[in-house]
Amino acid sequence: MFPFTLEKPRSTEDAIAAAASGARFIAGGTTLIDLMREQVECPDRLIDINSLPFGGIRVEGEDLVIGALARMAEVAADPNVQRLQPLIAESLIEGASPQLRNMASMGGNLLQRVRCPYFRMLDAGCNKRTPGSGCAAIDGLNSGHAILGTSDHCVATHPSDVAVALVALDATMRVKGPQGERSFPVEELFRLPGDTPHLEHTLLPGELIVEIRVPGGPHSRRARYLKVRDRASYEFALVSAAAALSIEDGVIREVRLAVGGVGTRPWRLRDCEAALVGTRPERRAFEEAAQLARQGARPLRHNQFKVELLPRTVVRALALAGEVA
Amino acid sequence: MAENPSELHPPGPIISRREALQATAAAAALAALPSASVAATNAAAANTVTLTMTVNGRAHTLTIDPRQSVLDVLRETLNLTGTKKGCNQGACGACTVLVNGKRIVSCLTLASMHDGARIETIEGLEKDGALHPLQEAFVEHDGLQCGFCTPGQIMSGLGCIAEGHAGSPEEIQFWMSGNICRCGAYPGIVAAVADAAGRT
Amino acid sequence: MNVSSIGKPLTRVDGRAKVTGTARYAADFNQPGQLYAVIVSATVGLGRVTEIASTEVERMPGVVAVITHRNAQKLPYLPHKGVIDPAVGERLHVLQDDQVHFYGQPVAIVVADNLDHAERAAAALRITYAARRPLVDHADRTIERIAPKSADGSRGDADVAVTQAPVMIDEAYEIARENHNPMEPHATTAAWSGDRLTLWSKSQYLVNEQAEIAAVFGLPVENVEVICPFIGGAFGTSLRTWPHVTLAALAARQTGRTVKLVLSRKQMFFTTGHRPRTLQRIALGATPDGKLTGVIHEGTGETSRYEQFTEALTAATAYLYSCPNVRTQYRLAQLDTSTPNHMRGPGEASGIFALESAMDELSYKLGIDPIELRRRNEPRRDEAENKPFSSRSLMQCYELGSERFGWARRTPEPRSMRDGRLLIGLGAATATYPAYHAPASARVRLLADGLAEVEAAASDMGPGTYTSMTQVAAEFLGLPPEQVRFRLGQSAYPQTPSHGGSWTMASVGSAIRAACVEAQAQAASRAVADSGSPVFEASVDDLEWSEGRLRRRGDASPGMSYRDIIARTGTPVEAEGSAQRDPEVAEGYSMHSFGAVFAEVAIDPDVGTIRVRRIVGAYGIGRVVNPLLARSQCTGGMIGGIGMALMERTVLDPRDGRPVNAHMADYLMPVNLDVPKLEAYFVDEVDPHVNPLGVKGLGEIALVGTAPAIANAVFHATGRRVRSLPIHIEDVLTA
Repeated sequence: MFPFTLEKPRSTEDAIAAAASGARFIAGGTTLIDLMREQVECPDRLIDINSLPFGGIRVEGEDLVIGALARMAEVAADPNVQRLQPLIAESLIEGASPQLRNMASMGGNLLQRVRCPYFRMLDAGCNKRTPGSGCAAIDGLNSGHAILGTSDHCVATHPSDVAVALVALDATMRVKGPQGERSFPVEELFRLPGDTPHLEHTLLPGELIVEIRVPGGPHSRRARYLKVRDRASYEFALVSAAAALSIEDGVIREVRLAVGGVGTRPWRLRDCEAALVGTRPERRAFEEAAQLARQGARPLRHNQFKVELLPRTVVRALALAGEVA
Repeated sequence: MAENPSELHPPGPIISRREALQATAAAAALAALPSASVAATNAAAANTVTLTMTVNGRAHTLTIDPRQSVLDVLRETLNLTGTKKGCNQGACGACTVLVNGKRIVSCLTLASMHDGARIETIEGLEKDGALHPLQEAFVEHDGLQCGFCTPGQIMSGLGCIAEGHAGSPEEIQFWMSGNICRCGAYPGIVAAVADAAGRT
Repeated sequence: MNVSSIGKPLTRVDGRAKVTGTARYAADFNQPGQLYAVIVSATVGLGRVTEIASTEVERMPGVVAVITHRNAQKLPYLPHKGVIDPAVGERLHVLQDDQVHFYGQPVAIVVADNLDHAERAAAALRITYAARRPLVDHADRTIERIAPKSADGSRGDADVAVTQAPVMIDEAYEIARENHNPMEPHATTAAWSGDRLTLWSKSQYLVNEQAEIAAVFGLPVENVEVICPFIGGAFGTSLRTWPHVTLAALAARQTGRTVKLVLSRKQMFFTTGHRPRTLQRIALGATPDGKLTGVIHEGTGETSRYEQFTEALTAATAYLYSCPNVRTQYRLAQLDTSTPNHMRGPGEASGIFALESAMDELSYKLGIDPIELRRRNEPRRDEAENKPFSSRSLMQCYELGSERFGWARRTPEPRSMRDGRLLIGLGAATATYPAYHAPASARVRLLADGLAEVEAAASDMGPGTYTSMTQVAAEFLGLPPEQVRFRLGQSAYPQTPSHGGSWTMASVGSAIRAACVEAQAQAASRAVADSGSPVFEASVDDLEWSEGRLRRRGDASPGMSYRDIIARTGTPVEAEGSAQRDPEVAEGYSMHSFGAVFAEVAIDPDVGTIRVRRIVGAYGIGRVVNPLLARSQCTGGMIGGIGMALMERTVLDPRDGRPVNAHMADYLMPVNLDVPKLEAYFVDEVDPHVNPLGVKGLGEIALVGTAPAIANAVFHATGRRVRSLPIHIEDVLTA
């Protein structure tokens, strides 16, 4: 690990100013410290933001508002989260381990870096880590990599579970930066790799995520997160799906669907959603709609199976949400 | 075949500016000294932080490198070697301790971010020669084999019980899955946590 | 001797040390003033080092030394081969030249005043290589296969028999490379005092580590001391003495300081052995009523270019079933990788997967219940060696296991069992492993306070050696276990074989028994010579020991305890004992453990997730010294088998040979939630031949058989026969 200095900001403004001049925020540190140890991340200044007032979880009308410094475990255990947005709680406890969930902040979770093994290895090409160095994964071992949203420069999968749930639920986030505050959909946080895979998100220099707002609706209560993996726990998703349904008079009125483990960012399935609205919540309808999930999929040598597993996971998540056999 | 086929990119910074400055200062000051003492003086030139941590009820004021994890401070600075380093990557749970009552992996926790923290480790559980009920239960249910993951399992089990996640064997399995046991002592671990949860 | 300790479910005598954090493992012996060493591993898969920019790293904060092949001392590397070293080839000589034989080979070691400085400096060391593309894929048919010595076996004409058989199958099997991945990383702290070296080092074979390092440095063996009271799991990885031990000692010598060296988890995938990837072929011929007429088993394992690692891949096929025509063949593919080594159930775990998968497949082809098929081919004697088994309880294991498992509820058709949406499959497989016995010795000291101290240079990587050896000594001394202190983990103690191959109890236990018998004889002769003793001048035949007391036969008096005898004679009794297998017995019998493993799996037909629901194992392993610990060892082995069946594989990038998933999050092993109900049973088995204790060993057979039972259950659930391990979601997704 490179040497660094650790700064404790006196105010949010202090923290933002420091970050705008090149320092890095640190909250739980579960991604950053790990990558600093590998020297994938080499910040020389860290700003410990844990004392800033962005923790806690509250309810505003139908909205659930989650502080960016709230810990994953705290959010998952919160009665309001469990009551209003069980999908978020479910996606959180399927991620990482109890210990890591006690440490990792919600803001940090959204900004966690990819799990591509070559990204972690300084002696392999990785355009995300070292722009212009090539992508060792495209012609290497790539069973865990993405099939959607990839480019010739990067095929790494976005690893977050709760981000998939938040994108499905049309969550928005509020950020503070040197130019003031702004809010935007969580989905817009994530960039596609394109030819600039080192640019992962749309935050401006110095911007700090302060809270996440999740609007409630009739779909919120009929929502499930399904994470498919070879190990029952403590493993990143091969494919995951967040599905939320609003059903009235036996017909789907509204549906929210997003998938993880397959995309270079959390992947909303709007075509599937559109195909499902107005249909009856039945397996056949789910299967037909789920075929649309793999539109545009570009499998690599070792992850071909995800093209098959993706629609199956979508069907199963919809079936769980709709309580259909 | 090109030379260095795996070096597909230009090298990043190998030695940072600060490191170079420290090294130069140290080397200049100590050119005449034998090698053994170079190390100590180099360390003094390095960036350090001073903080207080309460470990198992005892306050320690420490001057450390900001890079040091809680795990390394426990093991290498305080010589509390009961907490184990299994992977140093947050992927095994062997280094689990309680920080301010919550179970965390101490390998991914910078000590410099925990000034004033209350830390509990495996060494602090025994009181006046009596084992904690969870320690007893691990022995009785044979929830261990090689014993290396055991301190982490026990500290994690304490967290699991305190969080209210020890209601059934299935629940314990789910909430104890952040601690890998390569010997496969899981059935005994689950039985021990269930037993101790019932006792406390 | 009527205070019985053997057979009791004692909790671990070292349990308290392990639950309080006071048990000290190799990296826990911090020494005053120690330095920290970090290995720099090669980042190319083959070639040579052309340039090392050490100078600037030497000036980094805290750095004491940067040791490379350019400035490393030339080490004598005197010839040495331990029992566990490959018979052919020569061990890696570390930092002695510029050659890189495999990705991850140590090419430098950086020593600094603290860990952060050492790690940072090691990462900063810039090394340039002239690299070539390594060959690491042993499925590559262009790689020459070599035949190790006595690798093949044959009786009858298997090829003709299989070709002409009314029913036959002929299939290929593959098992991925696996890494042991014990929770404890390898670690060595090395301290020199003049030309004497102390190593606190993780080792399953202390006396070999002592001899190996003595040979590397050209020292008398007695100048090296190895200390390792606890091993944080090993499963074979610490049988050999790997390069890092030499590096720690070298760094300590070159810096003149005590040096602590711990491998990173990533480095645990480089130079500390692995279960070799294997490619196998099994061909079976049978009559329509299920009698085997021919068996062919061919297997290839991977090894390095510099050593020929061999394991018993095809050995069990020769004796497991009755068949007049059997041919086995074993080959090695030499690759640009590090040398593999034994991993739990070495050889058998891989070979039995292929054979037992094939037997299962044959059972479906014949329409015969898989257990019935094995019954019809149960041999009366070892047909390969043409000698009787010392004991063989395979059919009793199948009976007990199928009853406990509820095999009768299985409907034979694949995909015929369901639980709601889930596909249910039930599978069974045979397990076997040789009952080895190696020469060992032990020392017993009877002390004035009535305690007995027992010592042997053995190890305890988790099976409970501390506890079970305490029980053995207690049994043969007639003392309660609380009065026995068993010590292990020091090379200075009486020599024992490696702690592996399921022979620790057979070997060390028998030596302890011999030492106890000798100690009793010495105590008795002192008492007989003592004019004040109640047994003065008694003849030996007239004496008996009972509950640790010496009396004349039939005498109702309290007699004399060890303490009484020692109190009267002043000095503790000290006795050594050793034991080895009688060559005539070894010649006369075929000695193996057997078991039957049953697995139930549930597979989600939509998304392909495979979860093991239950495993039952029934084993014939001779005498069980401690049923509590034996069950733990068995269930632990089953969990290892779940890993082998459904998770574990180390994947090499063919471009440079790097293990791509050298990370605990990417090399999957079972977590708590993966573990179903596990049951282990032992059939009553008395084996009078195998060793004086009648024990056949347990550590290996506990894993063998689990993977094929699971794979067979996967077939039963899905109708999809998967012949390569691990079986992942993608293998059953479209089944």
